[in-house]
Amino acid sequence: RRAAPRRRATGRPARPVRGAAARSAEMECTLGIIGDGYTLIAADRNAARSIVCFKKDEDKVAVLDSSKLMGSSGSQADTVCFTEYVQKNMALYEITNGLKLSTPAAASFIRNELARALRKGPYQTNLLLGGYDGADGASLYYLDYMASSNKVNYGCHGYCSNFVLSIMDREWTPGMTEAQGLDLLKKCIDEIQVRFLAHMPLFSVKIVDKDGVRVLEQPK
Amino acid sequence: MARRYDGNVTTFSPEGRLHQVEYAVEAINKAGTAVGLLATDGVVMAGEKQKVTKLLEPPKSSEKIYKLDDHAAAVVAGLTADANILINEARVAAQRYKYQYGEPIPVEQLVEKVCNHKQLYTQYGGQRPFGVKFLFAGYDAHFGYQLYLSDPSGNYSGWKATCLGQNANSGQSILKSDYEATMDTEACVKLALKVCNKTMESLSAESIDLFCLKRKDDGTMVHTIYPQETVAKMLEEVKAEQEAADAEKEAKAVPMSS
Repeated sequence: RRAAPRRRATGRPARPVRGAAARSAEMECTLGIIGDGYTLIAADRNAARSIVCFKKDEDKVAVLDSSKLMGSSGSQADTVCFTEYVQKNMALYEITNGLKLSTPAAASFIRNELARALRKGPYQTNLLLGGYDGADGASLYYLDYMASSNKVNYGCHGYCSNFVLSIMDREWTPGMTEAQGLDLLKKCIDEIQVRFLAHMPLFSVKIVDKDGVRVLEQPK
Repeated sequence: MARRYDGNVTTFSPEGRLHQVEYAVEAINKAGTAVGLLATDGVVMAGEKQKVTKLLEPPKSSEKIYKLDDHAAAVVAGLTADANILINEARVAAQRYKYQYGEPIPVEQLVEKVCNHKQLYTQYGGQRPFGVKFLFAGYDAHFGYQLYLSDPSGNYSGWKATCLGQNANSGQSILKSDYEATMDTEACVKLALKVCNKTMESLSAESIDLFCLKRKDDGTMVHTIYPQETVAKMLEEVKAEQEAADAEKEAKAVPMSS
């Protein structure tokens, strides 16, 4: 009989994470772009593990509340579970206090939760948090499963970032209109579809601005 | 009748009252006066200090006015020892919020946390309520400058101007007639001193702490406890104005001789 996994006093998970499960986050793609009064978040629509693709219409861009979006990549159990946990906590805050959390405050909260779980059982999920706050405008936060958090103008998670970030570095300018932002997004997606190993025909695209959250069509 | 139902804080009387909580509220009505006013550009608070005697070493920090966080402060009326516990609770709650959200805690949430803590002692047995009333002053991006009053029952309410402690009723009536929402901190400071003049037996610069919370244009918050010389000067003006007003009133009251 196999011995039960040893529980370490330090609180590290009993079985180290390895193999396809750990790599699944890299094979997915999440993109975020800030423009003039909006934040754009897009993610591929594959739900896959190892060599199998379960479905090609998974929506990985969650609506946290009427002014925040969160694109997540990683093992589905963690992304879905953690995303819903964050969503419900935002709702609880709003109902309890009659106020909405600002995007920086939400980023701080999310990062804190990731940090708390890091030395117990980390959430294997990489996130792009995008939001719009009246006075402060659009903001985008790049968070990863190691509980890092950075405010950025554009970002990408996954192996695709090797291709996408170069394009964004070259093409992104501050104050792009929505059309320009979608154009930049199209360039990124086109490059992924030409050069990346995994087949990613579909992307979900969402935008948040002063009027709230909208679902956009993938740029053709 | 109340005697039978007032021994235990966790017992309702037949009329549906919690006598212990009411007695706690009563305790503060005997305590030193405190007054708070909301100005257009800040919040002003004043509190009566305990009697100063020659042998008493002046405290190193104010015994009435406490900084809760950069953007919030409180004035205490009642049992100082009880207040210290709650002040500490408030400070920890403020920092816990900042740790989690990276932003200063909205003032009402801070007040509510303190009040929820007070409420515990009105519902769970064995321990008496806190004999403290607080005036909370604060600023946040959601609602600007705010002033809250909380009592031992755990209830709190927002105020434009309010008075508590000894002779609070007369203080409150002065506020009702003289306070205007358009007043700035300078005018509110004068009014606070005027109220204290009426409610306190002997008002002097040593017997009150006068405080103002303001926000600078760059966003930094400034807590000012006015030094005694400044208070003394302002007090002179206020007392002079008061005497002039009283003299006028007396002159008007004299009947015209036919």
